[in-house]
Amino acid sequence: MSEKENILARVREALRVPAPWPGHSPAPSNRTGGPPSDNARQWLPSVRPSFDDQVALFRKNAGDLKAEFFLLEGVDELPAKLAQLRETEGWKKIGTHDGELTTAACRALDLPTCRTDHPYDAKDLETCDAGITECDALIAQTGSVLLTSRSAGGRALSVLPPHHVVLARREQLISDLPEAFALLKRKYQSNYPSFMTLITGPSRTGDIERILVLGAHGPKKLTIFCV
Amino acid sequence: MSFVQEFKTQALRLTHDLRHRQLIQTALRKYEIVRDKSRAAFRDWQAARQAAAETKWEAINHLDKYLVEFTDKLAARGTKVHWASTASQARDIILGIIREKKARSIIKSKAMTSEEIHLNEALEHAGYEVVESDLGEFIVQLRHEAPYHIVFPAMHLSRGDISELFTRELGSAQTDNPEELTMIARRVLREKYVTADIGLTGANFAIAETGMISITENEGNARLTGSLPKVVISLLGIEKILPRLEDLALFLPMLAVSGTGQALTCYNSLYGGPRQPGESDGPEEYHVVLLDNRRTELLADAEQRDALHCIRCGACLNVCPIFRNVGGHTYGTTYSGPIGSVITPHLRGLQDWKHLSYASSLCGACTETCPVKIDLHHHLLQNRRNASNQKPSTLEKMAFKLFAFTVNRPGLYAFARGAGRIAQKLHSLVKRTRLDPAGGWTTTRDLPPIASQTFKEFWKTRNKS
Repeated sequence: MSEKENILARVREALRVPAPWPGHSPAPSNRTGGPPSDNARQWLPSVRPSFDDQVALFRKNAGDLKAEFFLLEGVDELPAKLAQLRETEGWKKIGTHDGELTTAACRALDLPTCRTDHPYDAKDLETCDAGITECDALIAQTGSVLLTSRSAGGRALSVLPPHHVVLARREQLISDLPEAFALLKRKYQSNYPSFMTLITGPSRTGDIERILVLGAHGPKKLTIFCV
Repeated sequence: MSFVQEFKTQALRLTHDLRHRQLIQTALRKYEIVRDKSRAAFRDWQAARQAAAETKWEAINHLDKYLVEFTDKLAARGTKVHWASTASQARDIILGIIREKKARSIIKSKAMTSEEIHLNEALEHAGYEVVESDLGEFIVQLRHEAPYHIVFPAMHLSRGDISELFTRELGSAQTDNPEELTMIARRVLREKYVTADIGLTGANFAIAETGMISITENEGNARLTGSLPKVVISLLGIEKILPRLEDLALFLPMLAVSGTGQALTCYNSLYGGPRQPGESDGPEEYHVVLLDNRRTELLADAEQRDALHCIRCGACLNVCPIFRNVGGHTYGTTYSGPIGSVITPHLRGLQDWKHLSYASSLCGACTETCPVKIDLHHHLLQNRRNASNQKPSTLEKMAFKLFAFTVNRPGLYAFARGAGRIAQKLHSLVKRTRLDPAGGWTTTRDLPPIASQTFKEFWKTRNKS
């Protein structure tokens, strides 16, 4: 027998005796409404339905996490905003990928660029001052950015450079975590990207005396532009 | 020294170490403040706990079905799945992959399972360089120490300790600024990510429905470990299963709140295989190693099966009065605190590790804080019961027989009571000295004095007056 069969046989043998229902309560005799986590929304922190409320909540959460969030009037403002960052932070080289928002905005920056749409050299990406990506969604409830290797130029672009800049559209702002996972399913169910992540603020650690330090291994800065 | 002697010696030393106590209390006070705030943001934390417990119950009680679903889905997208019944099998599988790839250097993100199978020692013994990339793990690795806590590995060290360590091991300048210390580690590790041949990770959840591994972290080290090396290996216990992708909407925030007090951890990433057609980066090969290592023995104990619901958030350690006084290393186990005391006897032998179940005040703080409602303090009692059923203590048995014999004979009982009063007075002369015959018990405990009057005597005098 293979180890797989050995382990599964031990599991099946072990499960012959049923375990008591958790939480010191009797098992519901006829449960309705699907698996328990289907109701997650009603227990998680509340989110109001209107767009303005969700923008305000996202702004507050992102701010608490030391991420910067800007709601712009339109796509046209992007080049100027990015140029401003280029000047204030002295960017000399950027990493980015091909996308509806990224392509035009990054071309206007007129900087040496490492493109991660095709296989690239990690050492080259490591020398970039910023990684500019798109995303799949912004989540108001937690102030998170949802992105995948398909929507944001691979796995490393959003984590290796010291500054991660996210370009998002207004319609990408969603309310909460259950909606985020529903969106992933709707969008990718037939063929998931090999990597998907929820980014909640810039990289951080509290491993030394529980004192917050930003930029442990990933980006020290996270800037989100929503157009 | 036996495990129990070792535990007693270390516990005695650390409970008197005021510096240690202060470091732990400061760290945990900060944790408590943010945890309470994040928990309060939930509309119904208690209902969320019950739902999380039921979701894990479903996963663990149909583990065979979900494991097959999980591994089939992974394999369908090019992941190589390995099954290991024992720690040594898991080590051999991982060493085999590394040898086949002719790799030299290995970058590793935090994985308690790898501590459990002593993977680093095995890899180093075989001549490979293994670098822990989580800051806390990096620090304890430099100290050649086990992690102090499953979530905060370097909780027992002050910034001064870490600065000294970095100066000694890395040649950096002394500093007591946590940010500078973090940047020293960042610089050292950056180089390693880009050059490492193999990335090694653990896992927080294994999603059966989609065949994905979920990794929760704050630093970004696991993301780099899972992105840059050509070969990535994830090692996880078979109990990490969650049935569906949507379950994460509940489990990710609950893990964050319980683990560090955050509303959500910085990076919650899903890995569904090696680089897929059309993708520009990610490993060429992705291996998943599933570890049993006696988890199926715990599974067979229906009474304590819910201990496999554990999501390793560390919340029970943080609230445990024993953990807070004796510290993480004293346990001598990979998993410390209440959950460690419950599962270690199953994983490493009841008689050798039963003392951990006795080292408890049974206050129940662990059970109350557990996000998946594991009945921790009752399991400690069950371990005690199982240990004494398996190997009864003759002395204890005799004592209870003698007690029963005495209380069933009123004359003898009255005599014993009188004798006890005298013995108790005499005992105060030898208490806390070597001459005390019951020293093991009485050094740290005071028996209430036997009443000068029994209730019967009291009643008689009361009715007379």
